[in-house]
Amino acid sequence: MRGFLTVVHLTLHEALRRRVLLAALVCGMAFLLLDGLGLRAVVRDLQQNPGMPLLQRRMLLSMFVLAGLFAVNFLSVMTAVLLPVDTLSGEIASGVMQTLASKPVRRGEILLGKWAAYVVLVGGYLLLLAGGVLVEARLLARVTPPHLLSGLSLMTLEGLLIVTLVIAGGTRLGTVTTGVVVLGLHGLAFIGNWVEQIGTLAGNDAARSIGTVASLVMPSEAMWQLAASRMQPPLMRELHVSPFSPASVPSPAMVAWAAGYAVVVLLIALRLFRRRPL
Amino acid sequence: MAGPVIEALGLSKRFGAKTAVAELSLEVRAGEVFGFLGPNGAGKTTSLKMLLGLIEPTAGAGRVLGAPLGDRRARARIGFLPEHFRFQEWLTGRELLWFHGRLFGLGGVRLAARIDELLARVDLLDAAHRRLREYSKGMLQRIGLAQALLAGPALVFLDEPTSGLDPLGRLMVRDIIGELRRDGVAVFLNSHLLGEVEATCDRVVFLKEGRTVHELALAGSAAAALTVELRLGPHDGGLLEGLQRFGRDAVEAEGWVQVTVEGEESLPALVRWLIARGVDLYELRARRKSLETWFLEVMGEDQRPG
Repeated sequence: MRGFLTVVHLTLHEALRRRVLLAALVCGMAFLLLDGLGLRAVVRDLQQNPGMPLLQRRMLLSMFVLAGLFAVNFLSVMTAVLLPVDTLSGEIASGVMQTLASKPVRRGEILLGKWAAYVVLVGGYLLLLAGGVLVEARLLARVTPPHLLSGLSLMTLEGLLIVTLVIAGGTRLGTVTTGVVVLGLHGLAFIGNWVEQIGTLAGNDAARSIGTVASLVMPSEAMWQLAASRMQPPLMRELHVSPFSPASVPSPAMVAWAAGYAVVVLLIALRLFRRRPL
Repeated sequence: MAGPVIEALGLSKRFGAKTAVAELSLEVRAGEVFGFLGPNGAGKTTSLKMLLGLIEPTAGAGRVLGAPLGDRRARARIGFLPEHFRFQEWLTGRELLWFHGRLFGLGGVRLAARIDELLARVDLLDAAHRRLREYSKGMLQRIGLAQALLAGPALVFLDEPTSGLDPLGRLMVRDIIGELRRDGVAVFLNSHLLGEVEATCDRVVFLKEGRTVHELALAGSAAAALTVELRLGPHDGGLLEGLQRFGRDAVEAEGWVQVTVEGEESLPALVRWLIARGVDLYELRARRKSLETWFLEVMGEDQRPG
């Protein structure tokens, strides 16, 4: 436990000192500024058109907030890949890991310490940006999406899943290869989701099945789809009037699959790292 | 501890079809400075990593500080300075030692005092607040040495510890190794710098293509042997035979007679014997075989680069 906590501390310390987290925060703040200015412009425009029905007005604002959360999700996915991508592979390649692993700590403590620290960092980053979007929505448009807790939890699970895959990749693969593989898997899930949505709208079972299989292979995008579905008014969801209103909503079983997926990948990572020649 | 601090029995490591280390067997005792010599690619670092538990042997067994290889509790009493020591360059020297101390299970006032003591020992107190990215190669090597000594180890593995150090830095490392020996700490030294090894080690093992090919006690009789070269006046054919009583391999070539004696204590008797025989002695040269000569002889001409 002592080794685990020390590695968590070391990893957090490193992230705070390195420019990559600072760059992510600066980009995030720029995004929040842009999002706030855009929302303010939309709200002013709506105020100048009092003839628009209240329901339509609410749906427009909800769509804007979901667009903001979609951007937060995208930034968080990128941060979850880029922030920890060299933490294992880079230290193994440079020889830093030899010094750590020769200390009286289990290799599992090193891996879990790094994993936990990056989950905290990515989760914190996501909640900071999502919180910014939600505060702006509340203050500027008096809009609060429903089911925030479950929606944000699903987005956090997506980030956790990606961090876990990146850490697992680093036990065996190089830095660039790990990044390419994890982003490739997420891209597969993203495209698979669109195939599923189009297949559902067109009534094409084969296309829908392809999307489901893609989500099983990489359940990250399914978590965003489920989160987006929860965090929008029911009518908007039923009418499919926005790109964030999926025609095919992942089942709750997909959440269990994603959580189990992360646990299994983490266990595999622990096993691989324990036997990794350093 | 009473037994050896390192015992290796037939340790082997293969990477695919390549054998990096073949049936390595050795013992290192407490308080002994042990040198591990061999050309590049001989398997020195792989052997060291197996003893540290960083890589698993393909075959064989070993014990370090009485525990199986890689044992976590044994690692608490082991210091390790890897070749080309690297650590997160965004840390300061003091932070580096603090994190490593925490990994050793140290903390509080005891760790702070130990860090100050070691920073002073490796002459880095003034640079303790600077980030490692600002350190020179020699300073990194010294801070690496300090981290290896943090826990007051019973065994220290040093992989090329003087690489990148200037002469004063090398002298400091030599002094530290001497202090460790006096404190009963065993030192396992990997080095290419044969002069350093000769100055610090009690015993060396030569590794060639993954196999141990020779062992030499530097304080022992083989290492103490002298090659004596004599420039003599006219003498009879029985001289070479007579010189064999003082040593071995007596030969004559190009006006010089050469004989190998066990130690310098043989020299006065040899000179007296020559004078008593009426042989004029114009010049006598006695030289001990350097570790470099041993190395070249043991490794053979085929190991010379090019």
